[in-house]
Amino acid sequence: MIGLSHYLTVAAILFTLGVLGIFINRKNIIVILMSVELILLAVNINLVAFSTHLGDIVGQVFALFVLTVAAAEAAIGLAILVVFFRNRGSIAVEDVNMMKG
Amino acid sequence: MTAAAAFFYLFAAITVASGFMVIASRNPVVSVLFLILAFVNAAGLFVLMGAEFLAMILVVVYVGAVAVLFLFVVMMLDVDFAAMRQGFQDYLPVGGLIGAIFLVELLLVVGSWTIDPGLVHGPLAVSPGAETVTNTQALGLVLYTNYFFFFQVAGLILLVAMIGAIVLTLRDRPGVKRQDIAIQNARTQADAVEVRQVPTGQGVEV
Repeated sequence: MIGLSHYLTVAAILFTLGVLGIFINRKNIIVILMSVELILLAVNINLVAFSTHLGDIVGQVFALFVLTVAAAEAAIGLAILVVFFRNRGSIAVEDVNMMKG
Repeated sequence: MTAAAAFFYLFAAITVASGFMVIASRNPVVSVLFLILAFVNAAGLFVLMGAEFLAMILVVVYVGAVAVLFLFVVMMLDVDFAAMRQGFQDYLPVGGLIGAIFLVELLLVVGSWTIDPGLVHGPLAVSPGAETVTNTQALGLVLYTNYFFFFQVAGLILLVAMIGAIVLTLRDRPGVKRQDIAIQNARTQADAVEVRQVPTGQGVEV
């Protein structure tokens, strides 16, 4: 029987893959953004799994909000990426030092 | 093994495998395509959990909008992606170590937690059974009443994101001719037309 733990395990593996993707693709911002999407997907799976397990629909409401914010974040992130590429001709992470922060 | 269990393992395996391919693939276009595959299979998992509305929203929003946006950007940028994989081998050991530690810790948590039986608060909003209302209706009944303010804030966030993305990427290039209606309307016959007497056989300086 497939229970809550199975879904949590899938979400944990997906979350770890997202974190790992940020670590090993240090130069490519696009893949880092995709890794963030994977992490948010794992969070959504967790929310929905608990929502179904506890019989509480609020978890799905929050998953919907996470989805909204993830979409907004992807749009803004890619817009910044395009502007940066237009100005510098590169999207490598180590070139992002214009603000000397 | 029931059909539901078989489908769970199918969707879970494909989701995890394509999630791995997203971060391991050489070509970002392939990464985006595997991201789409991961989202579709996660939507399958949502359907198995009984969250049909979220599953469909996931397909529409992610596969239809976000993944296509990624694909556009990847294809638009003229970047040497092969050179970007230079440090891949350097970062792999430490990244793999951190990932492994993280995964083991998460799985230990997943394997050992329990819900407090003496929990004071019950569900905030009991999800009705599938035989009374559909999942979409149940979600709407909560979202448009108790969480209406959050719903509007979510709309505001999307509006700000839209305006921000447009403002960031909009640029006026020099040297591109545009129609300026105010200037067109302000033209009079006096400064648009000039009548000259041309002497025969000599022409005029323009």
